[in-house]
Amino acid sequence: MSKFKKKKGGEIPAVNTAALPDIVFMLLFFFMVATVMRQNTLMIENNLPFADQVEKLDKKDLVMYIYAGKPSENYKQYGTEAKIQLNDKFADVNEIAAFIAAERASKREELIPFLTTALKVDSDANMGLIGDIKQELRKVNALKINYTTKKGSVLGRN
Amino acid sequence: MAKRAAPEVNAGSMADIAFLLLIFFLVTTTIETDSGLNRKLPPIEETEPPIIKQKNIFTVLLNGKDQLLVEDELMEVKDLRKAAIEFLDNNGDGTCDFCNGKKDPNSSDNPDKAIISLKNERETTYKTYIAVQNELVAAYNELRNTRALNLYGKSFTEMEANYNDVNWPGNKEKLKEQIEQIKIEYPQKLSEVQ
Repeated sequence: MSKFKKKKGGEIPAVNTAALPDIVFMLLFFFMVATVMRQNTLMIENNLPFADQVEKLDKKDLVMYIYAGKPSENYKQYGTEAKIQLNDKFADVNEIAAFIAAERASKREELIPFLTTALKVDSDANMGLIGDIKQELRKVNALKINYTTKKGSVLGRN
Repeated sequence: MAKRAAPEVNAGSMADIAFLLLIFFLVTTTIETDSGLNRKLPPIEETEPPIIKQKNIFTVLLNGKDQLLVEDELMEVKDLRKAAIEFLDNNGDGTCDFCNGKKDPNSSDNPDKAIISLKNERETTYKTYIAVQNELVAAYNELRNTRALNLYGKSFTEMEANYNDVNWPGNKEKLKEQIEQIKIEYPQKLSEVQ
């Protein structure tokens, strides 16, 4: 009759966690593949504006990044006005020419005409600064630019 | 000697190790934005600006308070696209046989002559400027899309996407010609005043 004996206490069996490592590994691989290590540590607020007519920037190695925005919380001592950041430090407008020259020197000569300058500018920055940057870029003949934006509708956002 | 079975390795902490790595990558990941509006700056050389008829210029002014003045009238950003399309597609002199505009003699002659001039002040905020740029690019894209649909049965943005797609099976040479054709018919003439 022991065949029909009820199990003692009716405990819930432990959940089998053998597949847990597999799941975690899956996530891990996703993030490993999706990760792009940041090249520059941002010292500014960089809340990009929205646009919906965007084109994708391909060939990452042919892009020069110029950041601008007001200094972030940790760098308040540099003031509250929007500043330019090149590589890992704040820069003045007239340092852009040297920056572009350095970037060009690090690339192969035949690739230089394809270099694009990506302007990653905070949405609250004013156009005066950007006008200055553009003027500086024209002086060194770096004419291809890209206003980096997030993808989304422009209307109804303030 | 009796053969001993090797004891099984305890894999219980593998999940912990994997979690550790996972958390590291989670923290360091920044999904970078790598898309935006492509523009070309004018070269700096001093050439005499050609004389352009006032009716062929569509002036867009952005003041320091982010207000928009289009052809001497206040306008909201959301109405800009439509106004720009009307201006570009106007076909005042009737030389453009594919335009659908109103043929208003006081607006632009044809898409090839029509120029959009954008002027901003130093105090204009960047996001408004981008919104305006976006709307103007959208106006051009919309016209090009309609034209491409009529000519080749697919939109201009789709054609460009196909052209940049490495795996696209069609004839790229021909596609490039078609894209160039559309670009000649609706050239993007957007000038910025310094």
